[in-house]
Amino acid sequence: MFRYFIKLGSLSIRKNPVLSALMVAAIAIGIGACMTVVNVYYVMNGDPIPAKSSELFYVQLDSWDPNEAVNDDGEPPDQVTYIDATALMAANRARRQVVSYQVGRVIQPEGEGARPFQVSGRASTADFFTMFDVPFQYGSGWDESADRSADQVVVLGRRTNDRVFGGEDSTGRRLVINGDSYRVVGVMDEWNPVPKFYDLTTGDFNDVEEVFMPFSVAIDKELSGWGNTNCWKPLGEGGWQAFLNSECVWMQMWVELGNEAEWAEYKAFLDAYTESQKALGRFQRPLNNSLLNVTEHLEAQEVVDDSVQILLVLAVLFLLVCLLNTIGLLLAKVMRRSGDVSLRRALGASRRAVFGQYITEAGMIGLAGGIIGIGLTRLGLTGIHVLYADLEWIDRVLGMDWVMVLTAVALAILSALAAALYPTWRAVRIHPASQLKSL
Amino acid sequence: MLCMTNISKVYRTDMVETHALREFSLDVAEGEFVSVTGPSGSGKTTFLNIAGLLEEFSSGKYELDGRDVSRLNDYERSRFRNEKIGFIFQSFNLIPELDIFDNVDVPLRYRGFGAAERRKRIERVLELVGLGSRMRHLPSQLSGGQQQRAAIARALAGEPRFLLADEPTGNLDSNMAESIMQLLEEIHGEGATIIMVTHEPSLAMRAERNIQVRDGRVSVDAPGLMVANG
Repeated sequence: MFRYFIKLGSLSIRKNPVLSALMVAAIAIGIGACMTVVNVYYVMNGDPIPAKSSELFYVQLDSWDPNEAVNDDGEPPDQVTYIDATALMAANRARRQVVSYQVGRVIQPEGEGARPFQVSGRASTADFFTMFDVPFQYGSGWDESADRSADQVVVLGRRTNDRVFGGEDSTGRRLVINGDSYRVVGVMDEWNPVPKFYDLTTGDFNDVEEVFMPFSVAIDKELSGWGNTNCWKPLGEGGWQAFLNSECVWMQMWVELGNEAEWAEYKAFLDAYTESQKALGRFQRPLNNSLLNVTEHLEAQEVVDDSVQILLVLAVLFLLVCLLNTIGLLLAKVMRRSGDVSLRRALGASRRAVFGQYITEAGMIGLAGGIIGIGLTRLGLTGIHVLYADLEWIDRVLGMDWVMVLTAVALAILSALAAALYPTWRAVRIHPASQLKSL
Repeated sequence: MLCMTNISKVYRTDMVETHALREFSLDVAEGEFVSVTGPSGSGKTTFLNIAGLLEEFSSGKYELDGRDVSRLNDYERSRFRNEKIGFIFQSFNLIPELDIFDNVDVPLRYRGFGAAERRKRIERVLELVGLGSRMRHLPSQLSGGQQQRAAIARALAGEPRFLLADEPTGNLDSNMAESIMQLLEEIHGEGATIIMVTHEPSLAMRAERNIQVRDGRVSVDAPGLMVANG
């Protein structure tokens, strides 16, 4: 019967092209508006590292002012001090662990007339690349021995490698950064997790840094961070070393833990570490350590802000308004065809058959609305791109993936079916004898 | 085959109560050709609707093919209509966007026949009514008489137990009306049971038996010829 219903649906749509077009348009506009916002929300709220997001944990310790919490929500500071970062790294209690912070660097390309340019860089320990599944075009990251001996090595982003080395395999070649010579050990392939989960303090949706260097090298060269540095205690005398010994938080630390037992063990270790520091006069606040996985961390840091969520609600409401219009149009169509329903009922159609016929037609209208809605969504995303062209990450919302395309079509069909429920119910209630004389 | 005993039908609104049928009783045997006549508002159409299970009645008993239809639920009534009753309407009631073949196909679809069986039946009945060469014509491409023939083919396709015809010639000129009557007589001659509502005494006379309805009751139940005389 389904094929028969499809045949009847297409005949009905062709018989009332204007009414059908209005319904398709109402659904398409609603889907277009809704999916545009949903797509932005989806990109902003996506899992940036789905294969490992439940195994990577962000370390937060409440080393803040004993008299005043770092913020109102009771969360510990979103970064750690150098003292704690190095102590936890030295303890080496996780499968993998990484501490990093953002730095700014100036690259001086070789060649006559080549102009130096500034890039964002990251000082990090060796596990960064394996922990975060960073893809490589050439070479690889450095190893722990390079960390220990503060080797002057770098991993370049693809864009910088294209710019400085013309996209060739530059591993083994040397590059001058802020006057020092570094050996290139790896070139990253395209890698732009959205949001940039591993460091939300320097912009949730900013691009990945273009130069990575060993953490130990950055500390040796006294490279201060490009990101936020928050202190609750005045810095003592003694320059860089005093800063390193301060209670300022400015580094991000992640650990990789394979299961709940490992998580519990590491959490206990953090708490024990905190207790040991309390004995030394630090960590005077109540125990308040946090060890959140990637998605929990993104949620806690409110990566998707309220305005996007409000926009999402408005978009859904707009879709509902479009659906109300569709209900009205479908109702008008059903009432116009009450004679057809009466006749079919007289000829033996059950209520279920009439329901099937009209709900199939609504599904077809929903499908058409969904397909056109995808086009309108792309148009909407292009509009957002034009409006927010200054945001680099906005490029990434332009591409609707299959999940979004299928979601749009499914939402359109479901919306049309939902809109059709009441008119179809009215259709099946039409009395078989009511219209036969007036046909 | 059709047995109505003291059937009453009352239409109620907030203000008015209308008795369309009052203790209406009628037996129709298999193979009979019965005409039903009566003035407008006498209850002919209500009788036909109840006979065709298109409407429910207020009281009384109605047995069709040995089944008490008051016990049937909506789905069973639909099946009964589909399998046992063929409808022929005054205004043909063909679906304008479907061609003749597909119009005849409508009740067969709800019957659940396979494509080959449906095709065989459709071609047979369209040949029977003389429309074998016009299967793919839309109703609008046919004359009134041809449209009614198509409607008769649709009624016959499911091989129902009886045909209910509501003014089958009411929208046709006399020549076409005559050809439709001849067709109905042929169908009856092959053993079909037909109940036909008509205003035309000359047509009612051609049935084996005539029922006159007045004020919702059977006022006369006589052989067809007596209608013409009386």
